Amino acid sequence: MAEVWDMIIIGAGPAGMTAAIYGQRAGRKTLLLEANMYGGQIINTPEIENYPGIKKTSGAEFAQELYEQATDLGAQMIMEKAVSVEEDGDIKHVHTEPGNTYDGKTVIIATGAKNRPLGLDREKELTGAGISYCATCDGMFFRGKDVAVNGGGNTALGDALFLAQICSKVYIIHRRDQFRGDKSDVEKLASLDNVEFVLNSNVTKLIGDPKLEAVEVTDSKTGEKREIPVSALFVAIGQMPENKEFSNVVKLDQKGYVQAGEDCLTGHSGIFTAGDCRTKTVRQLTTAAADGAVAALAASGEID
Amino acid sequence: MAAVNVTWENFEDEVLKSDKPVVVDFWASWCGPCKMLSPVVDQVADEVPDVKVVKVNVDESEPVAIKYNVASIPCLVRFVNGEETGRSVGVIPKPQVEKFVKGE
Repeated sequence: MAEVWDMIIIGAGPAGMTAAIYGQRAGRKTLLLEANMYGGQIINTPEIENYPGIKKTSGAEFAQELYEQATDLGAQMIMEKAVSVEEDGDIKHVHTEPGNTYDGKTVIIATGAKNRPLGLDREKELTGAGISYCATCDGMFFRGKDVAVNGGGNTALGDALFLAQICSKVYIIHRRDQFRGDKSDVEKLASLDNVEFVLNSNVTKLIGDPKLEAVEVTDSKTGEKREIPVSALFVAIGQMPENKEFSNVVKLDQKGYVQAGEDCLTGHSGIFTAGDCRTKTVRQLTTAAADGAVAALAASGEID
Repeated sequence: MAAVNVTWENFEDEVLKSDKPVVVDFWASWCGPCKMLSPVVDQVADEVPDVKVVKVNVDESEPVAIKYNVASIPCLVRFVNGEETGRSVGVIPKPQVEKFVKGE
């Protein structure tokens, strides 16, 4: 007889791992299915200073602590990508890429989101040769050089602050005239001599072969083009969810996020959602953790 | 066999002159994702004894990173008889690490 888990959590990011902690502590047998690496998006963040109770930590450290906390409590993790959920009465069959199936009484979809690419010509070719989606991983390679960051949210601002310490110059390119991210970070950046704001601008061309040498930006208001010589472009323009495979068990909004409110209920019995993958306004560690707890307790409540 | 640390001083002997295929794991202490991938690479190193797995710290061995155009880490580069046969950039799941190490 196949093993039946109480809770199968798809995605071992902060939301998923928090759900596993609450699930295990509620006496439920939980399984985490992770396609890539536990921790999800947060492992790329060099410094976390806004998580309540933790003055300062790094993304990788945070992910590691969370992983140990969940697994010490008995949560199991299998590194396989869930590709579909099949409802079969009270049991959900979760199928994974290598062809395995895991049965659970409840499922929590916590798939988070992926970095949105620019969608420009030659982007793939230049990834690793000047185009990067992780300032903390690759910033050091551009020590003393001129680089650019594209984006207007907290990730872009955080990346720019990090890069400004090691690069000779940092251009922050944003399509609007105001940054979306925390004012305190915007002010810090504005006070730095080696940071230049390039607002109302989109990156329209990637120049250089075999390495990136410059980016062309176009002013969204005037149409004026400008070529900025840089050795690297760090892309931080937001995220994209990846939930199409689960559209048979959850409703997706037009951007692909799972439709659910802060109660984490999807409308399908036994199926819940948590974290960045659901429709919400604030995507942060705090709200991911909150969802993890709420979803796990709701799921636990539905079992027997 | 567990991953061995290699520097620019012994890179030629340990990697280019190795009679077994070698996978080089380029990493740095300030790279979070590298810290996550490292244990996975160690595990695969233990499980695939036919391939030698070594680690190169890009800060300590900058000349090696520059020579092989490593500008994004984590980065795995596979060598057979001193020549590069493949490269993988970024965090990848264990099955993919295994495939890469085995040369599939």
